[in-house]
Amino acid sequence: MSDSVKDKVIAIIAEQAVLEPSDVKLDSTLEDLGIDSLGLVESIFAIEEAFDIQVPFNANDPSESEFDISSVAAIVRAVEGLVADQKA
Amino acid sequence: MRRVVITGQGTINALGHNVPDTLAAFREGRCGIGEIDIRDLDRLSIRIGGQVRGYEPEDHFNRQQIALYDRFTQFTLMAAREAITQSGLDFSGQLSNEAGVVLGTSGGGMTTLDENYRSVYEEGKNRVHPFVVPKLMNNAAASHVSMTYNLRGPSFTVATACASSNHAMGQAFYLIRSGVSRVIVTGGSESMLCFGGIKAWEGLRVMSRDACRPFSANRNGMVQGEGAAVFVFEEYDHARARGAEILAEVVGFAMTADASDIVMPSRQGAARAIAGALRDARLAPADVGYINAHGTGTAANDKTECAAVADVFGAHADRLMISSTKSMHGHLIGGTGAVELLACIMALKDGVIAPTIGYEEPDPECMLDVVPNEAREAKVDVVLSNAFAFGGLNAVLALRRA
Repeated sequence: MSDSVKDKVIAIIAEQAVLEPSDVKLDSTLEDLGIDSLGLVESIFAIEEAFDIQVPFNANDPSESEFDISSVAAIVRAVEGLVADQKA
Repeated sequence: MRRVVITGQGTINALGHNVPDTLAAFREGRCGIGEIDIRDLDRLSIRIGGQVRGYEPEDHFNRQQIALYDRFTQFTLMAAREAITQSGLDFSGQLSNEAGVVLGTSGGGMTTLDENYRSVYEEGKNRVHPFVVPKLMNNAAASHVSMTYNLRGPSFTVATACASSNHAMGQAFYLIRSGVSRVIVTGGSESMLCFGGIKAWEGLRVMSRDACRPFSANRNGMVQGEGAAVFVFEEYDHARARGAEILAEVVGFAMTADASDIVMPSRQGAARAIAGALRDARLAPADVGYINAHGTGTAANDKTECAAVADVFGAHADRLMISSTKSMHGHLIGGTGAVELLACIMALKDGVIAPTIGYEEPDPECMLDVVPNEAREAKVDVVLSNAFAFGGLNAVLALRRA
């Protein structure tokens, strides 16, 4: 995991959860952090803006999306993949 | 039929961020209209308005709330907080299940629309914030009041342009009078002082560039305002039983449609609404001491309104007082009837009639007592509040001293 992507994603999630970035652990789930469905959509928007990427996420059924949101680590990995694809 | 009283009032508008400051401005005949401060002002030919000044959202709402609340919703929540606090009501159990929110607005989240149109059309962005829809929808304010205060009964938003608030408060009155609910939080809000909101009004060429002077022969158009006013309408016995302070009683309401023109008002449509409110309240014309006029400061409205009042009241038209407080706070469009109800309640409760300021020259077609320029002390028992909207939709409320 590149630190820059990880740190930015954690900062976005921390802001949404109204926590310090140090309180956001890689194995935390969004539910653990108190981020609801609206907060999730807002986080994804912030991620798209921060990395200038398109996140394949459908709020109708998040578990069916290609974008894995099962934990902070999963989100970071998914964002890294999208950033890499964009550069490729 | 149940009796309906008002047990709480709240506001934020160009004259003040609460009711006491607003009423003080009414008494002093203070003008809240001035040069507005918005983006791209240099591209507007109309640069004045009744803008809410000295207001910082961060002083009242947290970051997540601001992300979801358009300015019209923020104004509504500020006014609702003041009104509900004054009422002393706490919504739980059965009361919570029947208490509702009925609010008026014309444009809803116009600032949100304006900002996001800019971002996609002007700046060419292809992504918008996910909350655009929940922020701009016309019922956002009503829904946030419902969520904030646990109001789970009949709740909706009424949009009838400049009569929205009066139509909304009329529905609240009906809901309580008919026994559907014991408490309805009602009123209205508007925040249209954004570039697109003013530009659209400019197109109609009915806006004044210097002042709103209703009924004055030298008037030259309307001036937009912004803000909100919210009231707690409550069933009389419920209010009495808990020892609540009753600010005024709502005794009648009527609605009519002109069925004639999309912008020009109708003397007959207005007169039918005024007469209908009196009939609904079982009042005689001579009972009315004060009318808060629609009084927009346009030639079309003011002449038509004065003629309609003369038709309904006959000789008594010369004995009653009629003023337009839009001269001070501007035309709040869908929120205007709500802010103007504050002046109606002040007349009944405090015996002070808010003036029509900016009045300079008598107009032979508007020769009623318009309470020019200075507030007046007078004991009145019954007042009316007129609202005549574009689209020919009229709504008049009748209130009586508690």
